[in-house]
Amino acid sequence: MPKDVLVFVESRAGQVKRPSLQALSEGRRVADALGAKLRALLIGSQVEALASELAAHGPDSVLIAEHPLLAHYQAEAFTAVLAEAVRTTASEYAFLSATAMGRDLAARAAARLEAGLASDCTHAEVTAGELRVKRPVYSGKAVATVRLAGSPSLATLRPNAFPLAAAPRTPSIEKLSLDLPESRIRARTTGIKASEAAEIDVAEAAIVVSGGRAMKGPENFALIRSLAEALGGAMGASRAAVDAGWVGHQYQVGQTGKVVSPMLYIACGISGAIQHLAGMSTSKVIVAINKDAEAPIFKLADYGIVGDLYEILPKLTEEVRRMKGQ
Amino acid sequence: MKIAVCVKQVPDTETKIRIRADGRSIEEAGVNFVVSPYDEYAVEEALRLKEKQGGEVVAFTVGDERAATALRTVLAMGADRGVHLKDPAFEGSDALGISRILAAALKKTSFDLILFGKQAVGTDQGQVGPRVAELLDLPHVSVVVSLAVEAGRLTAEREIEGALEIVESPLPAVITAQKGLNEPRYASLKGILAAKKKEILTVTLADLGLEASSVGAAGAREIWEKLEVPPSRGAGKILKDMEPAAAARELVRLLREEAKVL
Repeated sequence: MPKDVLVFVESRAGQVKRPSLQALSEGRRVADALGAKLRALLIGSQVEALASELAAHGPDSVLIAEHPLLAHYQAEAFTAVLAEAVRTTASEYAFLSATAMGRDLAARAAARLEAGLASDCTHAEVTAGELRVKRPVYSGKAVATVRLAGSPSLATLRPNAFPLAAAPRTPSIEKLSLDLPESRIRARTTGIKASEAAEIDVAEAAIVVSGGRAMKGPENFALIRSLAEALGGAMGASRAAVDAGWVGHQYQVGQTGKVVSPMLYIACGISGAIQHLAGMSTSKVIVAINKDAEAPIFKLADYGIVGDLYEILPKLTEEVRRMKGQ
Repeated sequence: MKIAVCVKQVPDTETKIRIRADGRSIEEAGVNFVVSPYDEYAVEEALRLKEKQGGEVVAFTVGDERAATALRTVLAMGADRGVHLKDPAFEGSDALGISRILAAALKKTSFDLILFGKQAVGTDQGQVGPRVAELLDLPHVSVVVSLAVEAGRLTAEREIEGALEIVESPLPAVITAQKGLNEPRYASLKGILAAKKKEILTVTLADLGLEASSVGAAGAREIWEKLEVPPSRGAGKILKDMEPAAAARELVRLLREEAKVL
């Protein structure tokens, strides 16, 4: 039996989430290594139109599960669909991205399928026909190599940890027939409250600029925000800045905050407490700006500037704007 | 309201991790074990609900002898009694096994609400809450930052990327707590003394009627083959003693030409 791979593709408001395309790219790589088929699963109320966007990243087929009850993410409904899709396709592995939706759905679906699940993986490898994944544990202080025993098995993949790869295919489209009684969905999503400013979320951004204790107060976060905007990235913060009430909890990177793996992480006035490093140490490129040359963050940094961030940040923002011709 | 809160004992987040000679687990000697921080938000929320609406808060944990201290901590915060799920057969359980153990134990009582932390610090998975909900055939809401319970229903706000999802559900239900839900209280001296007199019931595999092969290392589907310290990133390029403008220019150049991220 070929060990087929199924990738759940997340969409919100008619948009495919970028981490899902990364998961699809990794799914293609793993399926190729296993000599298996790759299927993408779209769940929603009107999602068929999104199938064409997936073709570039390699699915052999796209399964469509459409139903009015699937317009918003609801754990029980999506669990029923995902579990059914895994069963009917006899998929060996199901990948989801480790987003808010992916993590929630994967856990509940794994229980329904009596399956193993490795959460928030940063690496996948097939050797001798067997999949192994790596995932940071103990807040990134260690990395576990995990074998998923039994079939099926699930994994959630950390956003931005896997590259987006081109693998054009002309996937076939299959519809998943659904038996979804309304009474089975008890927890209902009744609304969504967007954060005040329509900003890029720190967990999704390719570039993150974070401020820490040295920002001294909420007003100075304007420096962080300006640089983030110039770079087209998101603003983040350390726990110290959040606990001081300078910025909201949604910006917090680290343990008890969000885990990020952007292409570029710029830590400003952040000393590098272990809880902060837990949230950002798998960033591709790390930049530290700090007065204290001995700050632990410099041990992790690919690039650093020792100096006063109040002098450096405005110059940096100016320089980025000039480079981009803004 | 009958409220259950499930907690896990984990190494303190400040702990330096040393890997054992077996290459698959961490050295536990000298490690300070605490109740997982997210579980404290769950405990606090359970206590507040009880204070408002009356009822009972029962704390559950799966673990060896040492895990009893986690239950004592929760009892000292104000929980009424503890259930310690302890059996050699439970050792080496993955999230699937732990969920089976907890679900079997929770099934023995009809709880109105079952609370978890959004994830245990250490294994960092966030699986057990939703898994238990599925095994008990209950609705769940995970990563909750605000919760209101009234007349047999709950309204919760859960954190998603860049927004909050508002979810309504009938009780009984399962909730997993995120930072922001509340400020956990400290155990008072009075609470610590009172906790010594509170009941902790020990429950074994046989009491739960589970097969030994479905839990512990025997039932695990997620197998840690190796544990390593992450590769060091190597020495970076640090710019110092430079004019701010020159340093900014040089950094942008390096990010564009060398790191190729701009």
